[in-house]
Amino acid sequence: MTVQSLEPILAEHPFCEGLDPQDVRVLSGCASNLVFRPGEMICREGEHADRFYLIREGRIAIEVYTPERGQVMIQTAGAGEMVGWSWLVPPHRWRFDVRALDTTRALALDAECLRGKCEIDPRLGYELLKRTAAVFAERLLATRLQLLDVYGDNS
Amino acid sequence: MLPVPHRIERVRRETRDTFTLELAPVSGAAIFSPGQFNMLYVFGAGESAISISGHPGRPEKLVHTVRAVGVVTRAMRKLKRGDSIGVRGPFGAPWPVDLSEGRDVVLVTGGIGLAPLRPVIYHVLANRNKYGKLVLLYGARTPADRLYTREFERWRRRPDTYIDSTVDAAGRDWTGNVGVVTRLIPRADFDAANAIVMICGPEIMMRYTVAEMQKRGVSLDRIFVSMERNMKCAVVACGHCQYGPHFLCSDGPVLRFDRIAGLFGKREI
Repeated sequence: MTVQSLEPILAEHPFCEGLDPQDVRVLSGCASNLVFRPGEMICREGEHADRFYLIREGRIAIEVYTPERGQVMIQTAGAGEMVGWSWLVPPHRWRFDVRALDTTRALALDAECLRGKCEIDPRLGYELLKRTAAVFAERLLATRLQLLDVYGDNS
Repeated sequence: MLPVPHRIERVRRETRDTFTLELAPVSGAAIFSPGQFNMLYVFGAGESAISISGHPGRPEKLVHTVRAVGVVTRAMRKLKRGDSIGVRGPFGAPWPVDLSEGRDVVLVTGGIGLAPLRPVIYHVLANRNKYGKLVLLYGARTPADRLYTREFERWRRRPDTYIDSTVDAAGRDWTGNVGVVTRLIPRADFDAANAIVMICGPEIMMRYTVAEMQKRGVSLDRIFVSMERNMKCAVVACGHCQYGPHFLCSDGPVLRFDRIAGLFGKREI
């Protein structure tokens, strides 16, 4: 039996668009292929953020638990998107819960492995930081718009 | 121009604050184009500009979806089947359905903004072979605030449409998308080089939608927005709806974005 490299799958993901093939090869050394069933928890708030995910198929929900309102869905994300930035920011603990809504196929990138490679190669680290920062910015903007309650009574 | 009396044939509750009126003219139906509006007059309460949300091919049944937010629209919500309402119109520049022929038609809307775009959907579906893909991206506040839910599902099930929706907030029982409508744009299936985009919603939502469409490669001269201002006379006499050099009751409400890009989002206007 031959083990298929994740490199071509990784190269196709929008997060890796335009990335140097050598960098994709390095990333693939930290990647694993996972499938989550609908309703399965992918990570929980407070747990060690030992990876981030590149979604290939399906959808996930980013949620937060409040004692008053229970589990609140903040945002959903789907194929082509990246989930998880806590792996990059100390203390490397998940800030939200993430749950699969559909059958979800994702590439998981091991945080410790990746941080190690970024320390050795700061150029790769900067490249990943730029891509992750773009995701931060997009999510922050979307969250601000949600907070504005643009369809609400006072809009 | 005097209001023409219409009889209310049906009142349908859409959401907690939004309802749809089906009106029949007492004499003679007026032809309208998708995107146009009427001035609806509640006798004794006043007049309000409301977009037409019915089928442009069936003008004998005049349909308006209204959100009860002011004195007139709250009075409108109290009307019942058989009551009378005054109608002036139709007024305003329509959505560019003729220009869209042969192209993908991309509709991005939020909240009650779906109502002024529904006639475009009816028109495209009634003339399906004249258009490319029909894409509808719809954002609402919560699942309970979505308009036309049964009809929306029928549109979604068609093989010749790309329909996606999202809500700003939802409980755990919701299985759809959560997030702002602009997040649906990157994955929407349309040809940016050959699409006409029509946007209707709160101005801030339209601003970010335009930015996202530019990222997809849609040029500003192929983006159209529906602007909302205080319409009073609707016949370019009072100036209440002036928007820079434009009078929205006549030049609008639908405007090509490149013609207002310099005005859009300016606080003074």
